[in-house]
Amino acid sequence: MRIQCPFCGERDLSEFAYLGDADFRRPDPAAPDAETRFFEAVYLRDNPAGPHDELWYHASGCRSWLRVTRDTRTHEILAVGFPAPRS
Amino acid sequence: MKPATHDTQPNRLAGAGLIDRSRPLSFQFDGKRYTGYDGDTLASALLAAGVRLVGRSFKYHRPRGVLTAGSEEPNALVELRGGARREANTRATVAELFDGLEARSQNRWPSLAFDVSAINSLFSPIFVAGFYYKTFMWPASFWEKLYEPAIRRAAGLGRASREADPDSCEKAHAFCDVLIIGAGAAGLAAALCAVRSGARVILCDEDFRLGGRLNGERHEIDGMSGAAWTRQVEAELRAIPEVRILLRTTVFGVYDGGMSGAHTFGALERVSDHFPIPPAHQPRQRYWKIVAKRTVLAAGAVERPIVFGGNDRPGIMLASGVRTYLNRFGVIPGRRATLFTTSDDGWKTAFDLASAGVQLAAIIDARAAVAPVLLDAARRIDTRVLLGAQVVEASGARGLQRITVRERAGQLSHVQTDTLAVSGGWNPNVALCTHLGGRARWSETIAAFVPGDVPRGMAVVGAASGSFSLQEALRQGAAAGAEAAEATGFRTVQQAEPHVSAELSAALPLWYVSGSKSKAFVDFQHDVTRADVALAAREGFRSVELLKRYTTLGMATDQGKTSSINGHAIMAALTERAIPELGTTTSRPPYTPVAIAAFAGGHRGRHFKPTRLTSAHAWAEERGATFMEAGDWLRAQWFAAPGETDWLAIVTREVKAVRASVGVCDVSTLGKIDIQGQDAAVFLDRVYINLVSTLPVGKVRYGLMLREDGLVLDDGTSAHLAPHHYLMSTTTANAAKVMRHLEHARQVLWPELDVQMVSVTEQWAQFAVAGPNARHLLARLLDDALDVSNTAFPYLACAEFSWRGVPARLFRISFSGELAYELAVPARYGDATVRAIMAAGGDFGVVPYGIEALNIMRIEKGHVTGNELNGTTTATDLGLGRMMSKKKDFIGRVLSQRAGLTDPYRPALIGIRPAEKSQRLYAGAHFLNAGAEVSLANDQGYVTSVAYSPMLGHWIGLGLLARGQERMGERVRAHSPTRGGDVDVEVVPSVFFDPEGARLQS
Repeated sequence: MRIQCPFCGERDLSEFAYLGDADFRRPDPAAPDAETRFFEAVYLRDNPAGPHDELWYHASGCRSWLRVTRDTRTHEILAVGFPAPRS
Repeated sequence: MKPATHDTQPNRLAGAGLIDRSRPLSFQFDGKRYTGYDGDTLASALLAAGVRLVGRSFKYHRPRGVLTAGSEEPNALVELRGGARREANTRATVAELFDGLEARSQNRWPSLAFDVSAINSLFSPIFVAGFYYKTFMWPASFWEKLYEPAIRRAAGLGRASREADPDSCEKAHAFCDVLIIGAGAAGLAAALCAVRSGARVILCDEDFRLGGRLNGERHEIDGMSGAAWTRQVEAELRAIPEVRILLRTTVFGVYDGGMSGAHTFGALERVSDHFPIPPAHQPRQRYWKIVAKRTVLAAGAVERPIVFGGNDRPGIMLASGVRTYLNRFGVIPGRRATLFTTSDDGWKTAFDLASAGVQLAAIIDARAAVAPVLLDAARRIDTRVLLGAQVVEASGARGLQRITVRERAGQLSHVQTDTLAVSGGWNPNVALCTHLGGRARWSETIAAFVPGDVPRGMAVVGAASGSFSLQEALRQGAAAGAEAAEATGFRTVQQAEPHVSAELSAALPLWYVSGSKSKAFVDFQHDVTRADVALAAREGFRSVELLKRYTTLGMATDQGKTSSINGHAIMAALTERAIPELGTTTSRPPYTPVAIAAFAGGHRGRHFKPTRLTSAHAWAEERGATFMEAGDWLRAQWFAAPGETDWLAIVTREVKAVRASVGVCDVSTLGKIDIQGQDAAVFLDRVYINLVSTLPVGKVRYGLMLREDGLVLDDGTSAHLAPHHYLMSTTTANAAKVMRHLEHARQVLWPELDVQMVSVTEQWAQFAVAGPNARHLLARLLDDALDVSNTAFPYLACAEFSWRGVPARLFRISFSGELAYELAVPARYGDATVRAIMAAGGDFGVVPYGIEALNIMRIEKGHVTGNELNGTTTATDLGLGRMMSKKKDFIGRVLSQRAGLTDPYRPALIGIRPAEKSQRLYAGAHFLNAGAEVSLANDQGYVTSVAYSPMLGHWIGLGLLARGQERMGERVRAHSPTRGGDVDVEVVPSVFFDPEGARLQS
């Protein structure tokens, strides 16, 4: 499996560390139901068979966290971008 | 051609074959010496020497010979080499002969010819399908003591050497436009077309010679022999630098499709398997990761045996194997041969045998009619032809002597023969098409599975696609090579099509011939018979997956290359279903066995992971340090003075010296992260549970980090070096993990914050100077570079300054509980600095101390480390709950408050000491209430850290005990069944020494 790092170019899987769902958002910690919302955000993730947006860290490269769209059935990398809009 | 009258090679033909007769090679099999030639395999050399019995079978210890001439071989498995290089289950058919090769047969005792366990054949009713589940059911205790050892002795394959592998393997990466798998006619044609366009091509073949079946057949291409044509193509390919030819290389798996049709392939190159020991600086094997934009799969096909009684007798071979031994190796398989075929292709064998001068007993074709041209040719070689006939049974104790034939009208007759060439049609090698989840498709035309859904970017050509004629192989190969090159941006030109002679390729499937009471083998390697398949059918294990697991069909090291389809076809017939309805099992990587050593490559022993040394490593070595691994680092565990041998005595001395005067410890391995930016303080407030933003410049604060789930991630300190500039320390083990965590927080959670960070662990050497005389030592060392008086530089102060022209940092922090400082200098000054510290401390009797002494001192002080920060503990569990700021949010805050993590019954950090002072404690022991029965239900927590305290004179420990904080003074049991410790302990506060902290403030 190879990932096209926007900074370093196409690199082997072994340079990256995986985290999981790229759509994880920290809920508002001040919300009245914050505990439930954090619980859901931390533990209740989708696990689709198919394209999945997930976070990969280029640990042995530029240390960028990347938003990678991967087909979980075939390991095809469909897109690589940044996890958040960059200023 | 006539057999050469050669003493040691009675079956070698004069002049024939692709072997180098000017280079004879001496080798041994079962201790006996033989001679072969350069270009032989072990199998061809044994056959040339007239050796037909090469092994005993897995369950029944049946005598077995060579069945094939390729990697699909199920029978001829031998142990190669001796000593630490002994390698079990090597297929003699692919083991390249070298001078001095030593091989032994397997699974026989006392000898190959006379095997005691062959008596298993008589007890065969207990060895039928599912025998593991039926025969050895009960009593359960018998399994371990009786059944398993007995089965392991009797059944099985070769023996491992049990010694460390003296050779090395390596990993390599390669990239190409077009990967061509298989260098037979189709693969070579593809390579020529792709290469001529300028594309980067990698051509792999598992053989040590290009050509594939061209080497085993008497084909003509453009008026040349197949071998001559191959040589011409090879010369052209080798002249082009864009081509990499990998011989002895098996592409064993396809991985991870790319959008564009690119794939990653695993391949094993047997670099030095054809040498007694690898040449200097060469690995034994090389594991390739090949990334290819396009792939041409030209992996060929495997011929099918036919299942009939006694079909495993040595002397019965696949017809294609017979032709390969004749044409490629110049070896005749026997003196009087018979052909049993269901295809036109098989007839070639008879003609090749005849022209090699082998007497032909008969051509037996199961088909009632064949092309007249075949019958004419048979007449020309004066051979009896039996059409519509079948071989019912083969017999002969240690080798084939006679076959029983059921002729067209049903009458049985006998044929005396020592060799039977069998051709039951061909199965395309579709394995690499299915590794990414594609399914093979049944073709009625050729009665075999052919590629179905092929991975994107892969073209399957030649026999692998089910096209068995040479003409088609060359045509499809050329087309696919050109298409692959075009797809990767290269221009190809139309090539002239080579001229080849016409071939007949009609075939009729025949899976099983009934009528014999002898065992009819489906899977030779696992001794699965037709009767086993029938039993599975009767007992309801009718799907191919259940059939496989119940009978172990196709589960041997050959992965059923010659057996699976036969087994499935027999099951289909027994259950009156069509083969496609039954389906076939999924093949998974690796295609042929790959040694674990190849995957490990250089990552063995101490090279399993990198070893990191601190800048003071040489100094520590000089001082008699014993090192231990901490993360990737080697850290000094203790420093033995001359004459000291007992580690406990050494560390006791080190602790006492530090607590009495002063010591120095290399703490360079702790993670150091430099954090800067306008929002650095805000950022730290969000990752630590406590407030950092209130920390003034020139001060250090201890901090604790949680994961978002509320459990502790790591602890460390943050030093406020300058406005908007902090230096964070982490534990040695978690440095990389914390860095990743912080980068995630910065890049993903809060990209709007103005903060940057970089790891500076490698850049700074750092030394703890601890003990009542630490200040005196530092004052002498630093002189007027920095005022270290208690007023100018109090507890938790930090400073950046210039010392002897070197940028330096000093932190007044303490893990040992002593008056202590940590002095940091750029790493290249680490060695000089620690020597300077030792020199400055000479008058105070300064001692170097290792992490064992450090560990004892931190346990005496109740400081937590990795044993307590073990991923299951909360801040409150560790007695640090009050650090959690209520003035801000931080990672992990919300979930740290959930019910499960705030349960008062959770084990909390406490100290323990043995009720009987002389007793020792064991880490990992579990707490039980006094008098409670030893059971999981009564578990009260566990001991995390123990040490012998030199200051207190007895063992002490830290542990996590349910409601620990309320139980001070209580006696509980610390029970360690694995280490035999069962000690009554008293629950005490976790700080054993200087609880007021007077020393570190002094």
